[in-house]
Amino acid sequence: MTMKFTALAAAALAMTFGNAALADAHSGKVKIGLITTLTGGGAALGIDTRDGFMLAIDQAANDAVEVVVEDDQRKPDIAVQVADKMIQSDKVDILTGIVWSNLALAVAPAANAQGKFYVSTNAAPAQLAGKGCNKDYFAVSYQNDNLHEAAGAHAKASGYTNTFILAPNYPAGQDSLTGFKRQYGGALAGELYTKLGQTDYAAEIAQIRASDADSIFFFLPGGMGISFLKQFADSGIDLPVIGPAFSFDQTILPAVGDSALGVHNTSQWNKDIDNAANKAFVEGFEEAYGRLPSLYAAQAYDTANLILSAAAKADIADHDAFRAALKEADFDSVRGKFSFGNNNHPIQDIYVREVIKEGDVYTNKIISTVLTDHQDVYAAECGLSN
Amino acid sequence: MSIILLIEQILNGLQFGVMLFLMAAGLTLIFGVMGLINLAHGSLYMIGAFAAAAGAAATGSFVLGLIAALMAAALFGALIELTVIRRLYARDHLDQVLATFALILIFSEATRWVFGSFPLFLDTPDFLSGTVTLPGGILYSKYRLAIILIGLAVAVGLFLLISKTRVGMRIRAGENDREMIGALGVDISVLYTMVFALGAALAGLSGALVGAIQSVEVGMGEPVLILAFVVIVIGGIGSIKGALAGAILVGLTDTLGRTLLPVLFASFMEPSAATSVGSALASMLIYILMAGVLLFKPTGLFGSA
Repeated sequence: MTMKFTALAAAALAMTFGNAALADAHSGKVKIGLITTLTGGGAALGIDTRDGFMLAIDQAANDAVEVVVEDDQRKPDIAVQVADKMIQSDKVDILTGIVWSNLALAVAPAANAQGKFYVSTNAAPAQLAGKGCNKDYFAVSYQNDNLHEAAGAHAKASGYTNTFILAPNYPAGQDSLTGFKRQYGGALAGELYTKLGQTDYAAEIAQIRASDADSIFFFLPGGMGISFLKQFADSGIDLPVIGPAFSFDQTILPAVGDSALGVHNTSQWNKDIDNAANKAFVEGFEEAYGRLPSLYAAQAYDTANLILSAAAKADIADHDAFRAALKEADFDSVRGKFSFGNNNHPIQDIYVREVIKEGDVYTNKIISTVLTDHQDVYAAECGLSN
Repeated sequence: MSIILLIEQILNGLQFGVMLFLMAAGLTLIFGVMGLINLAHGSLYMIGAFAAAAGAAATGSFVLGLIAALMAAALFGALIELTVIRRLYARDHLDQVLATFALILIFSEATRWVFGSFPLFLDTPDFLSGTVTLPGGILYSKYRLAIILIGLAVAVGLFLLISKTRVGMRIRAGENDREMIGALGVDISVLYTMVFALGAALAGLSGALVGAIQSVEVGMGEPVLILAFVVIVIGGIGSIKGALAGAILVGLTDTLGRTLLPVLFASFMEPSAATSVGSALASMLIYILMAGVLLFKPTGLFGSA
């Protein structure tokens, strides 16, 4: 009898608090500051980030969520200024949207220190995943190393034993090659660092030709990848190429053309993943903007839906409850299953895609799953728990 | 490192140098004749690449795209000379830098407005795609070989234009004494517009040629502009001969440095660290070269004091 009474009382109490929380959730308006690159080099990525994010917001038609969008011009100092302005005069609760790791490193820890959430749509440097992790910092995309690790695992699984690897000489480039080697384990025919922003790869391609490589791995985001692929195709070297999704993304493929056909690349998302959320996203994006969405758009769309799911569960004024709601990741991801590890970085499947031509359009299709429920290596160094 | 690889890298350096020459020639000509520092030269390079991509996409012909690039760059060059640049000749260099920097921003955003933020597609023509076997069994890209030949042809053409024709005589006269040539009855403003359009056309040609093997995107001109400035400082500001020598020197130093330095460091360092140190040093090499040249020849290799 006593037992039964206690249970009943607990249930009643939970109901009361639950209702209170529910009522509050509708009173507090969530204000989101989206900082991304809208002009200058790399603007294509920022524009896709913004468009993907706003698509989810528009589809939800939720009056309790408001978004402020500003341009960071791909410059860390501008990003910091915009973030300060958003926190101080726009009074945003959540910052998001930065594409580049160096900008995220300048903004995210400072935002967290001022008691704001930072939810990353793309950049997720190692510094913020391990010892430097923060309970208010979430990466919805991946940890930066993930796609490179997947490429290494794919090279190993394909039986390559002498891969030639190259990346630009900057932190994300060094992380890339380290990530590749972590899963690959075979011998290297060569290891090259190129200049960041380099557009001519004749010297590197000559070295690849002279080596006895059986495959090539490269990480050259944006225009660098376009240049490399065109020049590589023109060189007549017939070796299999592997890379992370960045150089084979929807923002880039039309400019590369036939040179990219058949290349294998690793990604945690593709437009052909079969689930309702992804279908609504791809169709909605094409209808709204008249082009195919990129990985950046998909990640931003997921980020917006994650924030919307948390806003439906908790009041933004209750910081701890909102954080818990974010960490639950109770939203329909376009990637299918999605959850956060202890360091607030995703645990997810990573796929191998192949570049194909659908009619006149260059795009990707998934050919296999290379890593299942993959988590980054830095999670172990992070003091947060699940 | 084999001899074949070394020769291939020298050809690559030469190709890079020739491409830089096309940019630097216009820049140095404009500075030499009008005394103008034109930061918007990189925008003209970008205009050339976009015009070539749009022209090739519309007509299906790379050669027509190339002609479109030359015309568009020359046209925009003449247009900005008549509307903006003309007002800057009498001003000091700081005003010129400020105004032409504004032109960069205007051109970049206008291009984004017209063509969108996503890179455009421009491919090498069929008759120049693939490789050709050179004597000694060296496989080399046909297209890059074509760039070298076109660049050298332009160099010879410019040399003949400046040393053998009446226009060239006026250009040389303009370099030496601007006031006097005006006093002698030469319409200096027409000459200035022509020189500016010529420099712009060369930048456009360079952008179009390079666009086919690189990415045609907004902001592609600025990194090349910096290198072109290094070239004309090394070669001597105002000297076409200097621009050619400086461009080849920079092209070879950069390409060979990128390949040889990591190999050199690998002989006494762990491979991974050697590539990282080697490539870091390689990217500084042309600036070290520039500092070295300026130390011994403060006006550049072919510059006049």
